[in-house]
Amino acid sequence: MRGKDTIFALSSGALPAGIAVVRSSGPASGALVAALAGRVPQARLAELATLRDPATGEEIDRGLLLFFPGPASVTGEDVAEFHLHGGRAVVARLLAVLSSVAGCRMAEAGEFTRRAFDNGKLDLTEAEGLADLIDSETEGQRKQALRQMSGALRLRAEGWRAGVLEAMALIAADLDFSDEDDVGEKAAVGVRAVIMAVLGDVEEALSSSRIGERIRDGVRVVIAGAPNVGKSSLLNRLAGRDVAIVSRIAGTTRDAIEVRLDIGGVPVDLVDTAGIREAGDEIEAEGIRRSRARMEDADLVLHVIDATAERDAAAAVDVGSGPVLLVRNKIDLGEVAPGVREGFGISAATGEGLDQVIAALGRFVSETYGTREGGVVTRERQRRLVGDLAVALRAALGRLDDMPELAAEELRRAAQAIGRLTGTIDVEEMLGTIFGRFCIGK
Amino acid sequence: MQEDRFDVIVVGGGHAGCEAAAAAARVGARTALVTHRFATIGEMSCNPAIGGLGKGHLVREVDALDGLMGRVADAAGIQFRILNRRKGPAVQGPRAQADRKLYRQAMQAAILATPGLEVVEGDAADLLLSANRVGGVTIANGRVLRAGAVVLTTGTFLRGVIHIGDRQIPAGRVGEAPSIGLSATLERAGLRLGRLKTGTPPRLDGKTIDWAGLDVQKGDDPPVPFSMLTRAITTPQIVCHITRTTAAGHDLIRTNLARAPIYSGQIGSRGPRYCPSIEDKVVRFADRDSHQVFLEPEGLDDDTVYPNGISTSLPEDVQEGLVRAMPGLEKVRILRPGYAIEYDHVDPTELYPSLETKKLAGLFLAGQINGTTGYEEAAAQGLVAGVNAARLAGGGDAVEFDRTTSYLGVMIDDLVTKGISEPYRMFTSRAEFRLSLRTDNADIRLTPVGDRLGCVRSERRAHFDSRSKRIDMARELLRSLRMSPSEAARRGLSVNQDGVVRSGFDLLGYADIGFDDLRRVWPELGTIDEDAATFVATEARYAVYLDRQASDAEALKRDEDLRLPVDLDYAAIGGLSNEVRGKLASARPVSIGHAARIDGITPAALTALLAHVRKRPDRFGSEADGR
Repeated sequence: MRGKDTIFALSSGALPAGIAVVRSSGPASGALVAALAGRVPQARLAELATLRDPATGEEIDRGLLLFFPGPASVTGEDVAEFHLHGGRAVVARLLAVLSSVAGCRMAEAGEFTRRAFDNGKLDLTEAEGLADLIDSETEGQRKQALRQMSGALRLRAEGWRAGVLEAMALIAADLDFSDEDDVGEKAAVGVRAVIMAVLGDVEEALSSSRIGERIRDGVRVVIAGAPNVGKSSLLNRLAGRDVAIVSRIAGTTRDAIEVRLDIGGVPVDLVDTAGIREAGDEIEAEGIRRSRARMEDADLVLHVIDATAERDAAAAVDVGSGPVLLVRNKIDLGEVAPGVREGFGISAATGEGLDQVIAALGRFVSETYGTREGGVVTRERQRRLVGDLAVALRAALGRLDDMPELAAEELRRAAQAIGRLTGTIDVEEMLGTIFGRFCIGK
Repeated sequence: MQEDRFDVIVVGGGHAGCEAAAAAARVGARTALVTHRFATIGEMSCNPAIGGLGKGHLVREVDALDGLMGRVADAAGIQFRILNRRKGPAVQGPRAQADRKLYRQAMQAAILATPGLEVVEGDAADLLLSANRVGGVTIANGRVLRAGAVVLTTGTFLRGVIHIGDRQIPAGRVGEAPSIGLSATLERAGLRLGRLKTGTPPRLDGKTIDWAGLDVQKGDDPPVPFSMLTRAITTPQIVCHITRTTAAGHDLIRTNLARAPIYSGQIGSRGPRYCPSIEDKVVRFADRDSHQVFLEPEGLDDDTVYPNGISTSLPEDVQEGLVRAMPGLEKVRILRPGYAIEYDHVDPTELYPSLETKKLAGLFLAGQINGTTGYEEAAAQGLVAGVNAARLAGGGDAVEFDRTTSYLGVMIDDLVTKGISEPYRMFTSRAEFRLSLRTDNADIRLTPVGDRLGCVRSERRAHFDSRSKRIDMARELLRSLRMSPSEAARRGLSVNQDGVVRSGFDLLGYADIGFDDLRRVWPELGTIDEDAATFVATEARYAVYLDRQASDAEALKRDEDLRLPVDLDYAAIGGLSNEVRGKLASARPVSIGHAARIDGITPAALTALLAHVRKRPDRFGSEADGR
């Protein structure tokens, strides 16, 4: 039978660099090493070797070699690592030589992880954690992704899985073995407690999902206010400050401009919105509609007002129902409403008062998201499934007394949700639980 | 040398063989049923009972396809009970104690009455093979029978060995020789064989039992028959008695464990976990000093009693000590000792869902040879194998029964996709569409299918037409009658006062509103008979769930409709791990849905398969039947 391709790729960062690591995975990994170095090093021990082009015998580089035989490797397949000097030409030459070997090709994006997943080295949530770890930009993201990759959600889900399996088994015993003297009513006792325990833990995980998703996807801070109060200037000022800017995402001027900041390890997306007022034309109306939508979605609104303008109650803008920081801009031009001194007085033009705004943002972020080590549920996909799980468990509790077959049906749905999250629950496994627990067989 | 030609040959006269032969004949095949002796056709080798939880569903499905088991059990039943009567309709299962002699007689009569079915007495010694195609069987006396398809239902006969203590007796059943040659032929053809174990308790002489003082278990009154065609049970009904094992008996077992074949190492094969021997129970559940034992009479004019719950292969002296330690059995005489039996089975992943083997064209297997246990499981497979054998012999496509519409589909799918590690028994928990697969709608689900296949006779068809019409009318009438919440409250029906107008069908979905309540409100419902009323009330009660299951079933169906060619070169499909390739190559799934249920097949692998299949939609699009 023809085997699978052996894939390879540069696994370390951008070149040039002090060192470059090229990794291969697949059945030909051992042969590759042998072809280039003349031998296969002892498993999992680094060896110094001269790498040569097998076609010409020409030396490519001198470096470290590592060989990890499957299945005890990161992908579950035979894996080889070539540690080279990180010059562009060196790496290019090695990749070219590897490509020329039959059955070997460049890996596609994510293919190493995919193979690890296919070979059962990771479950879905761990694969997601690994992807997040590679993409992580802030310390908080790194910690959370690492926890996820190490199986934080998998372990939780395994606990839920065990509980749901137990409850399913007890109900199944009651339904399928009710005529057995050892089972009957006894099985039904205890099901409620088992389901309640799982539900409690599921709800706890779900309550952390907002934190988890924010750390992964960024806390959304929306700058809102009437036109010409200096929202864009404020954004540019904050972006130009010596805070770690992560990325800039340009939108249309009518829409929004976003800047990602790293505040205390938590990614914060600062979003400028179109000025909110009565729509002058259709395009503006669309911009405003989006602004409102963004505000509803915001974790915090920076409400910017013009310190030099009269505060007109009739022109007050709607800033949504969430937390709001009031910012009075243009204080360098003098404040016309000396009676109103709430919020922060700043000047986007001179930079005055900005430190206080950043400090307030930092307090908000650390109070809301920094107190825990991130969430267990970090993605919308996970939240949806864990949510489905909670709904099914509650419905099962409601059906337990009058219609156990419907409770069983709800538990089956709960099991499906867990299965989609990580793996599957098998009927045989459930029956195994029954036979282990009850003496069945007339 | 005598030579005969048939369309279908069925080997074995047990529960699988009888249904297979009768089904093949109903479909129109000229059929031979080969069995050692006509007199043992329909023998109940183990417990004298039919049906139960999950199993009762199978009997109703066999009946819906006009099979024999339901009608025969109705004729032979001496105690009928609906199990789980206090639970929902989807999980209720009909069960009956049967008079073994009446059962045999009724089954033999049914076989004789089947047109186109001939019984051939003899020992099927071997298969006629040419180039991996089965063309018939040879009988030990030299007779050769040829046919377009052969169904093997060998039960426990393939290399059967009975164990009683340290005694080992080659046998298919007590007093009957095992079949050795067929196993060797199957093995030579490359079919993977395995070995399983099952057991049976000693039989007791009822005349030596002291019945006074034992608990009594009564049947339902009136008894509910299995078959839609049975109007009433006319066989006299009896009661069963209940006794218990005792600490003294358990001690005796513990002292003699070394003499028990399953602990001495004499038996290595797996037995069913849900039907453990008494020695197994005593060891595994050491904290219990007593187990319930049902004393089931084997017949109206037969003093033999079947003690349900103490299957054993302990030596005879220990068996006697064990039973005599039970209340009421102090002076009991054992008529025949209990025993364990080991036998060969074929790995059921060797089969297509039609129950034809993948390696030998024209060879179908049904019953214990496929690793199942139980009369009902055997009968259901027999019916499917019989119909498919007849279709193959007649040049037709194979038919498959799927998980969404029948328990027999669930069973066959489990067998052919997952294989077995212990004798497979039906449970309602195995059916994910349990709420839709009920005993009350087996005919609605399957009789039209059977009609299309030609295995349903006119009497059944007529009964079905009338019943389904009555049910449809009841449903329509209930949906047409509507009532506001305030009106409902005035009539004494408690519903949410939310202004939503509800139909009679909606109202029936409420746990505390019954059909009689609605009859009070709407006198026109008086035209609906009890059967239709109960049926529609069940549908109403499960309505929300049935809708959900229907959409799940559709999703499953879509996967089933994505057919995979059986000769697919899995090595040529990119993106599969070697392990997955190996599993798929050995299982040869017939559809994406089938592949998804194979253990260890990841979503990623399915995506790769799907991508591959989609590339060739012209060849493998949406052919629903056939392969």
